[in-house]
Amino acid sequence: MNMMVKVEEKLYQNRYIVDESRPHIQIKSEEACKSCDKQACTFCCPAACYSKNETGGVTLVTDGCLECGTCRVVCQDKANIAWDYPRGGYGISYKFG
Amino acid sequence: MVEKFDAIVIGAGPSGNAATYTLAKQGLKVLQLERGEYPGAKNVQGGIMYAHELEKIIPDFRDDCPTERHIIEQRVWLLGDDSYVGTNYRSESFNSDKPNRYTIIRANIDKWWGEQIRKVGGLQICETTVTELIRDPSGKVIGVRTDREGGEIHADVVIMADGVNALLAKRAGLQTEAAPENVALAVKEILFIDPELIQQRFGIKEDEGVVIEIMGKVTKGMVGTAFLYTNKESLTIGIGCLISDFKNGDCPPYKMLEDLKNHPVIKPLIEGAEMKEYAAHMIPEGGYKAVPQLYGDGWLVVGDAAHFNNAAHREGSNLAMASGRMAAETVIELKAAGKGYTAANLAAYKKKLDDSFIMKDLKKYRELPGIMHGNKQFFGAYPDEITSAVHNWFTVDSVDKKTKEKQIMKSFIKRRSVMGLVGDAIKLVRAVR
Repeated sequence: MNMMVKVEEKLYQNRYIVDESRPHIQIKSEEACKSCDKQACTFCCPAACYSKNETGGVTLVTDGCLECGTCRVVCQDKANIAWDYPRGGYGISYKFG
Repeated sequence: MVEKFDAIVIGAGPSGNAATYTLAKQGLKVLQLERGEYPGAKNVQGGIMYAHELEKIIPDFRDDCPTERHIIEQRVWLLGDDSYVGTNYRSESFNSDKPNRYTIIRANIDKWWGEQIRKVGGLQICETTVTELIRDPSGKVIGVRTDREGGEIHADVVIMADGVNALLAKRAGLQTEAAPENVALAVKEILFIDPELIQQRFGIKEDEGVVIEIMGKVTKGMVGTAFLYTNKESLTIGIGCLISDFKNGDCPPYKMLEDLKNHPVIKPLIEGAEMKEYAAHMIPEGGYKAVPQLYGDGWLVVGDAAHFNNAAHREGSNLAMASGRMAAETVIELKAAGKGYTAANLAAYKKKLDDSFIMKDLKKYRELPGIMHGNKQFFGAYPDEITSAVHNWFTVDSVDKKTKEKQIMKSFIKRRSVMGLVGDAIKLVRAVR
């Protein structure tokens, strides 16, 4: 079965309290991403927050982040992700969990 | 003036709730800090809740705890491409006055915990992220810093119940980052559906529940498992694999979940249900060997943050509640004895853990994570061979049974070799001995 899965449709069901212009996760060095041959964050993140961009690097948009920590674990050899929790009350707010 | 408590508990999950409740009930001045909008807002669980550990803390929890269904039937399925082979265990005696296992919706349970904590005088504050531990010049933990204005709070002891990411312990140099082969990523959806349909499809009455644990082709050879649980008016479906395997593969977790939902034996069970939430969470899978330092001057760590999860039996929340309770009891006993919260005194917590099912079970399965991680055939070749063998066996086609046996044996040997099969059997025994 080779179908595209739209993760956006899944994330759309979730409740988020977005902390405008204060992303809690940041890529430290764009260059380090360019030299990363795997860019595993782009297919490991369960919310598809990371995507390959035209410059050969990775673009991060944290709006759909589920705060699981996978990207930090995946990138630990490069240590190129500054990972923090959102401020209290912000971010994903699970209704059911 | 900085406010001071007997104890601060960080996090409102099963371990933090158990610790806070136990401390407050004994009259200690305890503050529980939670970063979510409300208790449960950041928590994710499959979820099955085991009654026994909760009963130890709140004996009459069944009076008002918002559980979903008590489990009367457990299925274990090995999935092939379009098939499953499996076992079911169902018993009428699971319909007792005090059932042992319930399906739950995490957020409902955590809100209920919040009420119980307030009832015994505990203070739970939400929407507050703890940013770091405060330590005195000797290194003793004396409080926490939060993201609130003037958010410095002091306590005699700090219990870290901040979950699998355990950022605070890592930042303080008390833990290192988890290796990708020691943590799994699980994704799940909650699917709402008419309860009548749940009862029909699973052959159960109101309040009765079925859980299905799943292995096989759906994890695409990665080390992982999936599940389908029945709630009152919804189904929970999820799948998880080791992060090291996700990293070496190229299948995003949500694609794996979608393939599970579309599997020919799963699809009819969830047909017509409406997806209301999609969640992701890491699960500690490293077992005994991955358990970090559990105590030090002025601090204790409990639950997922202490890597307490029995992957073989899919038990986590009961280890969390038990460890939270044991941490609290250690603190209570030291206070009563007029002893300080030094590392030497808090070592009593480790002793309690060692004497309990937590460390005994983790120790029993200490070789399991390494063996599973290094032997992908248990998640790829075997599910394939076993489902094919069963398919062959049950296909009546005038091939005599002796020939069928030979065909099956030959297929296994072709895939794994005789020595390979023997070696795998030894590995399995070693893993669970």
